[in-house]
Amino acid sequence: MTSRTIPTALDPARARELRREAVDVPVILIGTGTCGLGAGAGAVLEAVRTLPAVQRRGARIVEVGCIGLCALEPMLDVQLPGRARLCFGRVDPGKARTVLDAMLGEGAWPELPLFQFPADGLQAWDGVPAIGDHPFFAPQTRLVLRNCGLIDPRSLDEYRARGGYEQWLRVLAQMTPAELCAEVERSGLRGRGGGGFPAGRKWRFAQETAAERKFLVCNADEGDPGAFMDRAVIEGDPHRLVEGMAIAAYAIGASRAYVYIRAEYPLAIANLSVALDQARQAGYLGRDIAGSGVDLDVVVKKGAGAFVCGEETALILSIEGRRGMPRPRPPFPAVSGLFGCPTVINNVETLANLPELVRIGADGFAALGTAGSKGTKVFALSGKVARTGLVEVEMGTSLADVVHAVGGGVPGGKRFKAVQIGGPSGGCIPAAHLDTPVDYESLKELGAMMGSGGLVVMDEDNCMVDVAKFFMDFIQRESCGKCIPCREGTRHMLEILQAITRHPRSEHGHMALERFQGVVNLEDLAGVIKDASLCGLGMTAPNPVLSTLRWFRDEYEAHIFGRRCPAGVCTELLSYRIDAALCNGCSRCLRECPVDAIVGEPRRPHTIIQERCVACGNCVTACHRDAVLVS
Amino acid sequence: MNGPVRSVAEILAAHPDRGREHLIPLLQEVQEAQGFVSREAVAELGAHLGLPSSRIYGVATFYNQFRFQPLGRYHVQVCRGTACHVKGSQGVFQAIKRYLQLEAGQTARDGLFSLEVVACLGACGLAPLICVNGEFHGGVDADSAVKILRRCRREAESA
Amino acid sequence: MPRIEANGRTLEARRGETLLETLRRGGIRVPTLCHYEGLPPTGACRLCVVEVDGLPNLVPACSYPVVEGLKVHTHSARAVNARRTIVELLLSNHPDDCLYCARHGNCRLQDLSEELGVRARRLPGTRRHLPRDVSSPAIVRDPDKCVLCGRCVRACQEVQGVAAIDMTGRGSGARVDTAFGEGLNVSSCVNCGQCVMVCPTGALTERSHLDLVEGALRDPALTVVAQVAPAVSVSLAELFGEKPGRDVDGALYALLRRLGFSRVFDTAFAADLTIMEEASELVRRLRDGGPLPMFTSCSPGWVKFVETFYPERIAHLSTCKSPQQMLGAVIKAHFAARAGLEPERVFSVAIMPCTAKKFEAQREEMLEGKLADVDAVLTTRELADLVRRRGLRLGDLAPEPADMPFGRRSGAGKLFGASGGVMEAAIRTAHHLVTGGELADLKVEAVRGLEGVKEARVRLGDLELGVAVVSGLGNARRLLQEIDAGRRDLHFVEVMSCPGGCIGGGGQPIGADPAALGARLQALYRIDGAETVRTAHANPAVRQLYAEFLGEPLGPRSHELLHTHYDARTVLR
Repeated sequence: MTSRTIPTALDPARARELRREAVDVPVILIGTGTCGLGAGAGAVLEAVRTLPAVQRRGARIVEVGCIGLCALEPMLDVQLPGRARLCFGRVDPGKARTVLDAMLGEGAWPELPLFQFPADGLQAWDGVPAIGDHPFFAPQTRLVLRNCGLIDPRSLDEYRARGGYEQWLRVLAQMTPAELCAEVERSGLRGRGGGGFPAGRKWRFAQETAAERKFLVCNADEGDPGAFMDRAVIEGDPHRLVEGMAIAAYAIGASRAYVYIRAEYPLAIANLSVALDQARQAGYLGRDIAGSGVDLDVVVKKGAGAFVCGEETALILSIEGRRGMPRPRPPFPAVSGLFGCPTVINNVETLANLPELVRIGADGFAALGTAGSKGTKVFALSGKVARTGLVEVEMGTSLADVVHAVGGGVPGGKRFKAVQIGGPSGGCIPAAHLDTPVDYESLKELGAMMGSGGLVVMDEDNCMVDVAKFFMDFIQRESCGKCIPCREGTRHMLEILQAITRHPRSEHGHMALERFQGVVNLEDLAGVIKDASLCGLGMTAPNPVLSTLRWFRDEYEAHIFGRRCPAGVCTELLSYRIDAALCNGCSRCLRECPVDAIVGEPRRPHTIIQERCVACGNCVTACHRDAVLVS
Repeated sequence: MNGPVRSVAEILAAHPDRGREHLIPLLQEVQEAQGFVSREAVAELGAHLGLPSSRIYGVATFYNQFRFQPLGRYHVQVCRGTACHVKGSQGVFQAIKRYLQLEAGQTARDGLFSLEVVACLGACGLAPLICVNGEFHGGVDADSAVKILRRCRREAESA
Repeated sequence: MPRIEANGRTLEARRGETLLETLRRGGIRVPTLCHYEGLPPTGACRLCVVEVDGLPNLVPACSYPVVEGLKVHTHSARAVNARRTIVELLLSNHPDDCLYCARHGNCRLQDLSEELGVRARRLPGTRRHLPRDVSSPAIVRDPDKCVLCGRCVRACQEVQGVAAIDMTGRGSGARVDTAFGEGLNVSSCVNCGQCVMVCPTGALTERSHLDLVEGALRDPALTVVAQVAPAVSVSLAELFGEKPGRDVDGALYALLRRLGFSRVFDTAFAADLTIMEEASELVRRLRDGGPLPMFTSCSPGWVKFVETFYPERIAHLSTCKSPQQMLGAVIKAHFAARAGLEPERVFSVAIMPCTAKKFEAQREEMLEGKLADVDAVLTTRELADLVRRRGLRLGDLAPEPADMPFGRRSGAGKLFGASGGVMEAAIRTAHHLVTGGELADLKVEAVRGLEGVKEARVRLGDLELGVAVVSGLGNARRLLQEIDAGRRDLHFVEVMSCPGGCIGGGGQPIGADPAALGARLQALYRIDGAETVRTAHANPAVRQLYAEFLGEPLGPRSHELLHTHYDARTVLR
């Protein structure tokens, strides 16, 4: 930051080119976000690079972030000069070759593309739906995700060509920090990280606290299992976050900001680092930005893996190099946070909303959403749903629309059972309440919470006791271990759930009692944990159990009193039998049985001695002939 | 991990700043260079930052990332996120455990494999997911996961 | 002054106070577990949660700042239920062997379950079975009994600046542990036992030598002798329910005889001996310009602290053995011969306010190629246990004197029991050595009291000495940092590992408050004030020992028996 650069505007023709409203050679766009790469985009990219047709036509290959339709990754887009961009899904190297040979050769497609991107001045393709008509995208309103999958995340100019950093410069030139705080407060933007605290108000506290140093921290630790919104945004449109951070830092008067990001997100870290370098070089960050006298630098801090560091005070301690054990509040971080200075912590999505919020203004933003929840919300839709992916909908959209319209419902003709929202702090919402609108209060009423935006769909094959157990197991490991209600309470709740799902024969001592008292004790403990825990993690930790108890009590009772798992998930409550007609006596199951409950001579049908079986289910996975029958 | 391993001293030399906030980044760098955090590394870090070893160990054990024994040549991470769980990752994990004869957090005696359970790899759209040496394998089941590991073993044996 | 309403009563709060402080001053007791007087609250245990009108959740009184108009309910059904559940949760994975526990009857968890009316096992749970750490010669750790209140960690780190232990792991796997989970014996632990003093349960206890001592007492072939440290007589009575500050010196000797000890000696005699040597050493260092400032070496935790953290300062430590080890040495080398006993058949027991003395007694330098100076060390607490085991009572016994030749002490020697005592005793004698005359009223006010750091300039004739008295190793570390940074005005520094000195030692009664420490301190000053002989050099028994056996201070025999050396320790610091 020695020499300072004044940002310059982009030439309009160049901007059109960067927006690909006019391309002179064919452009091939491949989604190489983590999801895309995980699905095989790397191999596709390799194949495309070496394709003769690509080289012959001098086609440009652009790596873009994730457009959000994970289920159809890897995705490959082709844009021929003068024509609208086409998108193909589930591409492998072979299909990429076929598609590109055809598109770059005769200018036709070998199989129907998923959709096209209509644009002014570009001729649309007949018979291909526009992206806006595709069922996955139609119900969406994309503010935060508007560039994801469209632009090259490593190109500052592509971001600028779409209005990037204009709002940052405008704010800097035209608004005071206090005005900016007021504007955001008026917009009704609430924290997207979980709690939903009004962002503008939190800023105001910090803005009004006099201090020599203040900090902005972007929480990109996305520790919720089942959430990947922040990763996708940073991978696909990192400059949006940087611009949002600049706006927020200015509002509170911070000249230093941190991004606390999961170390498990190497690609996001790489793209963000590139974006920060570019922003510094272009003069959007650094000293005396655009001659305003405002300084800002942004530092990337890699988290080391602890869910609890999503909690503000824990995150601060972690940046300071300590164990991420939350401390009592007050004092609140906005008054005394990082290194004892006023600190505002905002989640990635909150910050990424800002450029668009400032552009459309507080009123424009407040026009979106419901009375108490403004704007949009990004969800990571996964689990038993046809179209998994990243979804952004207006607040107030019903969950049913997200799951069924956007997600395409439960695949395989199975019945929808519940959707888990809010991760380990949230809850499961049953079919009967799927018409609930997405907003902070409605979800809370159902015993769930907005959380950071993981939406995991479950069908009839999922056991809700098992799901509750999964979350309690997660939480009792991820609890920081400091306060007793959370540390011991969640562990104990897990033990009760284990007792409920334990094989009747391995039940001894106090376990039967524990099982019968199960539901009562679960509810009691949950109450105390919520009431007396130190931090938000503990206060919400019982939610997954409470919400499943509330909506699926019958499943608990079937486990406790009927000793059976209706969904057939809790293996210890199932019984196992070998079908003599199918068994060829290979002895695989016999070797895998931990309690020697399987007997049989080689090459003769084997038998399971029921009295010995502990129902671990090893034999089922060991058998190559599906001869072990489960009931 | 090719090339000479960077020593802790070299890493520390590149970080003249001794503030406590450098502890976690330094631990990360040490682990990246050496594969794990050794007793010696903790002692050196402690001397550099002026922190007691017990504190460094306390910090390191708080976070999932740090290991205190070397990784296997193939480091297998099994995602246990929610989406993976509802799509059967428990079965995948059991099958992998049985195949590798390892518990989570362990490294095989021959140093070929190490096994780790991670809270969420953040690619839930591809669930269930495993990751071998940083490479994601989505949509696996017990059989296909074991097949991937068999391939690794063959690759190692033929090399 | 903010006013709050607690359980319907109005309480005056002081500005900047926490709710807990206001409630306590107002006579409302809210139970605590992790609270550590004098250190900032951590809010970990949640036992002090109270209901506050208008707040959605219970709040911890320990960390909640009082503000005007708070309406607090400390014992509402909701708050009490939360507390009871918390205790039940702790009990659910706590070993149920109270009857076998060293802390039975003096356990915070027992008190809490009593107070909260836990009468049934509502939450049966799976027990942990973690290995006990018995590696240390002084302290035993039983992680199964640990409730993770974090007080030991705070004592070790924030008070003592040792940081041998910390919280490790996370969630239900969180533990208090050393770096890499190694044994305490190979850690940087200095055995001061302050962790034991603050542990609410039996997770941290001293390594018991009771069985060893009882075995020796029953062995007809052994002559078992005892020595009693100066700080023991002013604290032992508390373990029998008496008010702090009562001196039971004479009754203690009677008691030890009833217990079967053949001879009962006073460690304060050896403290006088230490002063003779140490004051001479100081005078020599002052004359020869030897490494200064000289540090005292009677606190074994401090000695190990220097060896571990400041090995380059080892030369500053006085080479004098501690009084315990000096007396041990002369018991076996001199008393045995005089009494016609084989030294091998003398079993020497030290009764100490200290856990580190157990470590000191088995230090290699104290053992190499010869008999142990001291064979077993009992803490004040262990002595009380032994007394109870034998069905004896402290109050029943008429005072008796200690045995000669090591039964006579000066007031100076007795002062060793408190921080500043060694300094005061040394100044009295050094003054005599340098000037030939006695100090005006023999009192060095500046080094008295419970403050962690006391400094003074002392005139010995035309010499002016800079002296510092430090107790608590955290304070010692700060002073060493000052010296490292170039401080040059100090000649003599007394360091006691434990805050307040031996009266606050790691082997003393658990649960004493600062007021108790003050009472013990005043008792020592009273004893000194009432003594006829108040300086080490005037102690006739000491003079006799030099005349009969030792020769002169720093002479060859002293050098052999009363001095030692130290080595740098290579442990994970």
